[in-house]
Amino acid sequence: MAAEQHHPPVRFDTHPDRYRHLALDFPPEYGGAVARLQIDIPEDGGLRPGYPLKLNSYDLGVDIEIADVTNRLRFEHPNVRALIITSAKDRIFCSGANIYMLGMSSHAFKVNFCKFTNETRFALEEMSEASGVHTLAALNGTASGGGYELAIACDEIVLVDDGSSAVSLPEAPLLGVLPGTGGLTRVVDKRKVRRDLADVFSTVAEGVRGKRALEWRLVDEAPAKGQFQSAIKRRVEAMVQRSKRRAFAPVILPALSPTRGDNRVDYKYVTVEVDVAKRTAALTVKAPSSDIPATLQQLIERGAAAWPIQAFRELDDALLDLRFNYPLVGTIAVKTSGDAKAVVAMDEMLTKQAENGLVCEVTLLIKRVLKRLDMTARSLFAIVDRGSCFAGSLFELALASDRIYMLDDTEAAEGEAPHIALSPMNDGPLPMANGLTRLQTRFLGDPLAARRAFELRAPIGTQEALAAGLVTFAPDDLDWDDEIRIAFEERASMSPDAMTGMEANLRFAGPETLETKVFGRLTAWQNWIFQRPNAVGGRGALTLYGKPERPEFDFART
Amino acid sequence: MSNVMNDERIPNNVNLSSDKRLQRALEAWQPNFLTWWRDMGPAEFQADDIYLRTAISASSDGWAHFDYVKMPDYRWGIFLADPVQNRTIGFGDHIGEPVWQEVPGEHRNALRRLIVTQGDTEPASVEQQRLLGLTAPSMYDMRNLFQVNVEEGRHLWAMVYLLHTYFGRDGREEAEALLQRRSGDADKPRILGAFNEPCTDWLSFFMFTFFTDRDGKFQLLALAESAFDPLSRTTRFMLTEEAHHMFVGETGVGRIVERTAQQMSEHKIERPDDARKLGLIDLQTIQRYLNLWYSLSLDLFGGEISSNAAHFFATGLKGRAKEEEYADHTALEGAYPMEVVRERRLVRDDIPLRNAMNEQVRDKYVVDCQRGVDKWNRMIESFGVPFRLTLPNRRFHRQIGLFSDLHFSPSGDLISDEAWQAQQGTWLPSESDKAYVRSLMKPAMPKPNEMAHWLAAPKQGIRGKPVDFEYVRR
Ligand SMILES: [Fe+2]
Ligand SMILES: [Fe+2]
Repeated sequence: MAAEQHHPPVRFDTHPDRYRHLALDFPPEYGGAVARLQIDIPEDGGLRPGYPLKLNSYDLGVDIEIADVTNRLRFEHPNVRALIITSAKDRIFCSGANIYMLGMSSHAFKVNFCKFTNETRFALEEMSEASGVHTLAALNGTASGGGYELAIACDEIVLVDDGSSAVSLPEAPLLGVLPGTGGLTRVVDKRKVRRDLADVFSTVAEGVRGKRALEWRLVDEAPAKGQFQSAIKRRVEAMVQRSKRRAFAPVILPALSPTRGDNRVDYKYVTVEVDVAKRTAALTVKAPSSDIPATLQQLIERGAAAWPIQAFRELDDALLDLRFNYPLVGTIAVKTSGDAKAVVAMDEMLTKQAENGLVCEVTLLIKRVLKRLDMTARSLFAIVDRGSCFAGSLFELALASDRIYMLDDTEAAEGEAPHIALSPMNDGPLPMANGLTRLQTRFLGDPLAARRAFELRAPIGTQEALAAGLVTFAPDDLDWDDEIRIAFEERASMSPDAMTGMEANLRFAGPETLETKVFGRLTAWQNWIFQRPNAVGGRGALTLYGKPERPEFDFART
Repeated sequence: MSNVMNDERIPNNVNLSSDKRLQRALEAWQPNFLTWWRDMGPAEFQADDIYLRTAISASSDGWAHFDYVKMPDYRWGIFLADPVQNRTIGFGDHIGEPVWQEVPGEHRNALRRLIVTQGDTEPASVEQQRLLGLTAPSMYDMRNLFQVNVEEGRHLWAMVYLLHTYFGRDGREEAEALLQRRSGDADKPRILGAFNEPCTDWLSFFMFTFFTDRDGKFQLLALAESAFDPLSRTTRFMLTEEAHHMFVGETGVGRIVERTAQQMSEHKIERPDDARKLGLIDLQTIQRYLNLWYSLSLDLFGGEISSNAAHFFATGLKGRAKEEEYADHTALEGAYPMEVVRERRLVRDDIPLRNAMNEQVRDKYVVDCQRGVDKWNRMIESFGVPFRLTLPNRRFHRQIGLFSDLHFSPSGDLISDEAWQAQQGTWLPSESDKAYVRSLMKPAMPKPNEMAHWLAAPKQGIRGKPVDFEYVRR
């Protein structure tokens, strides 16, 4: 059940030594405090054949590398305080997602590609805000579409004023679709461009150059070619100065190298088991007591092999694998096993040592992966049964799920009955895209219930958890197997589109943020437009892009 | 195993003694059932010994075991008809596939709804008939009433068994709710209309068992086709009991008709008033009761055009009664010609077959009812009385479906609201009809050899016993 029948599965593991589209270096003039990422995409560098990546246009393969860069800067380069993103090509920074690639991709692939790219953009922003690795887009040439969206995800944008280089969002006028990675939202929400100017900007295919781009707040500086490098240097040095990055010993991230069998993937701590016929998967995270660091020292000593880093990196990879390579898996059983006490103890250590640079990165990693889970368009049912370990950080997996089934084990011996536990990690460090904790979001209508949950003494048994609203259903041992089977069968029978839309609406109650706007409003509209004849019909704009014919629109507005 | 839940006290062929889940569910439910039975079952006869049939096994000799029993001690059991080896789905989109031994999650809610709707009718009829024992025309009839009542109780058990075994917690809650609703209660009525109608006189009881229990028969036949095999097996076994209920109805109305016709002939009377003067139920009144209960029962089949029924058929949840009598079991092609209402006029339309499932089952029901009516008419004829009973047109007096918003005469003509108001008293039992029929119901315990004046004695007693056998012992 591979994603695209004719394509090999997408893998997300890469390394700077193997980058095909980016070059990462650390210019010596900054003494190792600055990383530079040069975009240099070979035309034949596409993930799949059939579309040349002209003009530094990108496909998923490029974004996999950008995602990898951000992870490595965080863990492997704790001294880096600023990142320059620029182009190795003359007169072109980046022209965004490759249109022919989009034209050839299935809808599901486009949606997942877009979502992953968005997640990477937010990771860049979070890296600046939370880790102190500030980012500068050095536009030595035109940044259009996704290229400008990459730039706008950086803290600052410097555009060379050479009379031809421009920033633009040509998707609407040229392709009849939207800039899909947050461009429109960030233009008005982050850069606070006036909405009427943003309207003009987003409908002029050639974009805006130099001085006007600066006046419209689309860039922060537009120096002439001669002053471009010095402007970069000045800004980057200021970034390094103001960075609050806390040093720690580098943690090298090795490849995860899971064992992949028929319909199952085994990582060290994470297992994915796919049931093709039922269109379900079980996603299990193990937390063996001996492997969980109890002290900061243990965390530092174990490095990338430390449980929270290894386990959540694995979970991240597994989620992407499910998204891209198992499109027919509609419902995922979210499971855990292991030592709840050890997880809670680790959580307490992580919150106590929050000032530590490595701890900060570990917490942010967990936060990002959990957001990835929130954002995964599959039905998630958490299964809390005997031996499961939904405690603290791992209880967030349950809170991220659409439903939580907890076994009411009347036969269990004392201490063996299913239980859950909260930790300080449930109380702030792992917010959702809406800025609230998952508990706050869960109890939006009863904020005190979230507080009361922290007063329950661990381990929290099934009836207590049910009464506290921490779980959805609590079938007893006699009902359990049937209830679970039926819940999954029932879910699997529903329209996948309706479930996707329904879950996305129910998961993110509460306030709007830039992030919820991008994933909710922008993405939803884009996905709708991507399905419409005006874009993808025989005479649609996306279909006819690059062809001599003009698109024909159905001009009726909704 | 608990001492309450054992195979001796609860005869069954579903391995109750080794099914912990079922035991647990029944342990909670059974005391509430008994409370319900005491509160809502036959009034004032709970301590009497009744000569009743009890199903103690599913074998051909075991399902009809006769003995005296006090009703609260009746051994309500759980029986499934024997499994059909390698049974496959006989209709719909999954035709030819193996039947389901478990509920597919996809169909859980729809199946639960079907079972709850059927299950709700069983205790409802017991509630409706609760006071009838007090005015029984004979001990024989009283015994038959109680037989019907305890078996409706057992049918409730049968549906509760399915809910308990296959529907988890939701099922247990629904089983509990089956004991909470009350026939005719404005706040928590039974689900279907006919099961909220009062049934407080014996003419109504016989009409009910003839017409409404016959709806039950056809619903059970349709459910017996279900791809969900436990439902199919349960309903097949229930049908064996249901046959007796319809026998009670057919012979009950038949004995009233016989008595009236015989007396009309003997006393050479024609007018209804003269029949009443003789303490008989005149044939016109019988016709009006027939009109009422027939039309109420027709409603139970659901709307003429039903996407629900189409869905049930397509998915294999519920078939047509005696599906094997149809040639095409997918019903994807072809249409059912039907008179429908458009702008207050009747026009002919072709309805896709699957959307006309209810109507196809109703067709069979109408034929089945007509057979009984024909028998009654032959009885009337044999006494040389010119009156004939007729089934009204199925558009007459409907509360559900295409014709529910309009008025139709018994011959099926669309009539104005005014015409309906003016004539409905001649078509449906009037208050004076009801008062008269009630006046015949005598609140006294009959002696074994007593038979009320307004109905003929049955041809024979129960299970070879004489008609004047002491079926109820105080
Ligand atoms: Fe029944
Ligand atoms: Fe019945």
